[in-house]
Amino acid sequence: MATQQQQSAIKGAKVLMVGAGGIGCELLKTLALSGFEDIHIIDMDTIEVSNLNRQFLFRRSHVGQSKAKVARDAVLRFRPHINIRSYHANVKNPEFDVDFFKQFDVVLNGLDNLDARRHVNRLCLAADVPLVESGTTGFLGQVTVHIKGKTECYECQTKPAPKTYPVCTITSTPTKFVHCIVWAKDLLFAKLFGDKNQDNDLNVRSNNSASSSKETEDVFERSEDEDIEHSNIEAALSNEETWKNRRRPRPIYSKDVLPESLTQQNGSTHNCSVTDGDSMVSVMPSLGLKNPQELWGLTQNSLVFIEALMLFFAKRKKEIGHLTFDKDDQLAVEFVTAAANIRAESFGIPLHSLFEAKGIAGNIVHAVATTNAIIAGLIVIEAIKVLKKDVDKFRMTYCLEHPSKKLLLMPIEPYEPNPACYVCSKTPLVLEINTRKSKLRDLVDRIVKAKLGMNLPLIMHGNSLLYEVGDDLDDIMVANYNANLEKYLSELPSPILNGSILTVEDLQQELSCKINVKHRFYSEILNPVSNSVWFLIILPSTFPKLFHFIKSRNQDELSSDIILGFSNGLIDLSILYLFCFCHREEFDEEKEPEGMVLSGWTQSPATNGESASTSNNENPVDVTESSSGSETASKKRKLSEPEPSNHNKETENVESEDDDIMEVENPMMVSKKKIRVE
Amino acid sequence: MDGEELTEQETALYDRQIRVWGANAQRRLTKAHIFVSGIKGTVAEFCKNIVLAGVGSVTLMDGRLVNEEALNANFLIPPDQNAYSGKTVAEICCESLKDFNPMVRVSVEKGDLSTLGTDFFEQFDVVVIGYGSPATKKYVNEKCRKLVKRVAFYTVDCRDSCGEIFVDLQDYKYMKKKLEETVECELNFPSFQEAISVPWKPIPRRTAKLYFAMRVIEVFEESEGRKHGECSLLDLARVLEIKKQLCEANSVSESHIPDSLLGRLITGTTEFPPACAIVGGILAQEVIKAVSGKGDPLKNFFYYDGEDGKGVMEDISNSFTS
Repeated sequence: MATQQQQSAIKGAKVLMVGAGGIGCELLKTLALSGFEDIHIIDMDTIEVSNLNRQFLFRRSHVGQSKAKVARDAVLRFRPHINIRSYHANVKNPEFDVDFFKQFDVVLNGLDNLDARRHVNRLCLAADVPLVESGTTGFLGQVTVHIKGKTECYECQTKPAPKTYPVCTITSTPTKFVHCIVWAKDLLFAKLFGDKNQDNDLNVRSNNSASSSKETEDVFERSEDEDIEHSNIEAALSNEETWKNRRRPRPIYSKDVLPESLTQQNGSTHNCSVTDGDSMVSVMPSLGLKNPQELWGLTQNSLVFIEALMLFFAKRKKEIGHLTFDKDDQLAVEFVTAAANIRAESFGIPLHSLFEAKGIAGNIVHAVATTNAIIAGLIVIEAIKVLKKDVDKFRMTYCLEHPSKKLLLMPIEPYEPNPACYVCSKTPLVLEINTRKSKLRDLVDRIVKAKLGMNLPLIMHGNSLLYEVGDDLDDIMVANYNANLEKYLSELPSPILNGSILTVEDLQQELSCKINVKHRFYSEILNPVSNSVWFLIILPSTFPKLFHFIKSRNQDELSSDIILGFSNGLIDLSILYLFCFCHREEFDEEKEPEGMVLSGWTQSPATNGESASTSNNENPVDVTESSSGSETASKKRKLSEPEPSNHNKETENVESEDDDIMEVENPMMVSKKKIRVE
Repeated sequence: MDGEELTEQETALYDRQIRVWGANAQRRLTKAHIFVSGIKGTVAEFCKNIVLAGVGSVTLMDGRLVNEEALNANFLIPPDQNAYSGKTVAEICCESLKDFNPMVRVSVEKGDLSTLGTDFFEQFDVVVIGYGSPATKKYVNEKCRKLVKRVAFYTVDCRDSCGEIFVDLQDYKYMKKKLEETVECELNFPSFQEAISVPWKPIPRRTAKLYFAMRVIEVFEESEGRKHGECSLLDLARVLEIKKQLCEANSVSESHIPDSLLGRLITGTTEFPPACAIVGGILAQEVIKAVSGKGDPLKNFFYYDGEDGKGVMEDISNSFTS
């Protein structure tokens, strides 16, 4: 194999590695051993303890340091005479422009998110540099080769995006544990401890909720002064109309789930001496809970919930108001686990352990060293073929957990470029949008950035420049663009109407695409409270301060989706109600999350929580699915190996077999299943 | 099950993989003792993988003194002559491996594989023979099979961009999830001797060519008294002669084994690091499966060929004839 020609191709090559995590560590090692002598490596992450089980170039003493730099130093120890340059930076930074990419003979991706993968894909296309792309999840993995004009680009096929859920499912009709997690994390936790002004996807738009606020305000006021306890909730639960077509949640009362001693001693059992702001604060030890894999009962979850809430208030008060959920924040994980489990119990959904809940809440990617090592080996094999220009030998290779037709490593001939791909084939997109109700800001944020994955966009309509970003703009232009952002599309200086053709460009990615606009009128999708459902928990007595804190957090949010009520019961039980109102009629939000429909694009790059690992969050098996709308089915070259259909079936089995942990309803898994069904 | 729980430190370190194979599997791993001999590229990859996975202990045997050749494809040996001179491959690799995961006991065993007794192998749950002669493989495999305790036996070999893994789990029971329920499965593995003596004629034509090619190379090295990998293109004539004899003896056509493949196997004596990473990864995965008793194991050969990119499993036993 190591022919002279091959060795000189390797020696003379300049390669760029993006990502120095799970795949990256293995890749850098294998490149160095294979004789590569000029390797550049970009990674913005720093090392964490949970990386050490597979990112073997790192040691415990490196925790907190730059992955790219430590990886470089480690490999130089066994191959001291090669040139490795490390960049502790985000690959999306402007210094990594097309010219930067042009200096390389091949780019090798070991990334963990769709957003960065798409960005690198575009830069490789613009710079005309071959890209070898990879990803792993557990025992599954894949390596693909992308060469402009010869094989499909990374975005020619729709990629399964991290799952998003309809608001109503989260707030009203959870059926899976992951719905409870999303509720606990993105709604409850964010509303209680996060930045109140921070919008999130679950914010129910308040345009039309004025009528509801009065009603909810009443609840709030009364519950403070009177001993109404849970009567409102019970009343709502008894409304047969609401529950005709859905499962009725079971209210959970504190007197039923908490030990009497606790309710009598009026709250906290806590005597904790941790310092304020310590992110390692935990309630588990004081409750005698040691094993994160253990399933807690309702009582334990309720205790954890109450204790965690109080501990946040007692020990981490300074952080309240700007906390975001972090999977490495023990107390936050405990709080979210307990809240999700109580909600799950209420809705008849099986409970989960803290370990599992943490995985779901943190979008933690399953990762093992072996798959990463195999995938890195396959990347180097493809990279060498690229350098030798062995076009006919390029393969996409899948690493399977269970063999398909005896194959554990399955090579498939790459596909030709998809002629309908807006990234590599410049096919126009079609956007259906209400041009009188949508602002330019909606277009920029929800379509151009979120869906088209552009970083520094510029929008033109005919000869008129409507929007751009950049350092070299003067104040007048910036003011002008900012003013445009707030205008409805039909009211812009150059109005965007039915039939308008927009040019959208990203100068860094050197990507330009045309968008044909179709005006679309939507019936009003926001309705006054039509079906309001909640999750209910009842807390034993806590401090009055806690009550005021919660109240202060929420009194200006009465029109919002969480209302907290509080009451002092006669039996010395303070009761906290948590209501979640859903203001929307159910409609298919998965299809039309923004009330806009974009055809011919690749799925939205929703960011995921895990930034440390380089394993991807995606289905490692490309699903040959055409993007919505336009004719996308690219002409497939005949596959040299088993058909994809068999192959998909095979991986589906993978899912259902073998491992309890794999069955956790993780957003990623859900999206996989969904895609396969389609 | 299996007694004590994982420590907090273990849970934190192994978090991502516990999410793949579960806490019970991790607990079993931390109690597994692995013996490894012949630490070239593929075995170095394998060792790295199982040390990271967190097995209980790894015992290394490789008495070769470190030289330039040993450095090839082996990232466990720093290329500092002052550091390695006079030391054996096992000693140097041991130091590197310890560093990868302080929770795993890595040690060196000196001696000659072919003189070790049954009781030596009894200490282990898994025995991996890298780059051994057929005689050594048979010898160690038979020792393992004599034990009451089941010792999982593996051999691994990499030449050019090709790799072979052989697995003998004897009578192996394991758990497998079928639909909603977990079912117990049982497999019977042939010994190495049995697996390489299967008549070729009934073996399905689509079986990996590497199975036959590796047997030719084995017979060649054994009959010529060569050490593992001690061959070059000059030997091709003799190798082809042996191929002819074997094909005739097995009543199969000579086209069964492409000459070009044999040529690659005897010339590619320096290892191809990407193939080492791939084969070492598959081997570690199999050992992890066998230790945890979870999931279908590889039965009983695995072949990787960098030329066509396929990684294929072959079940070769006397069942073809019966």
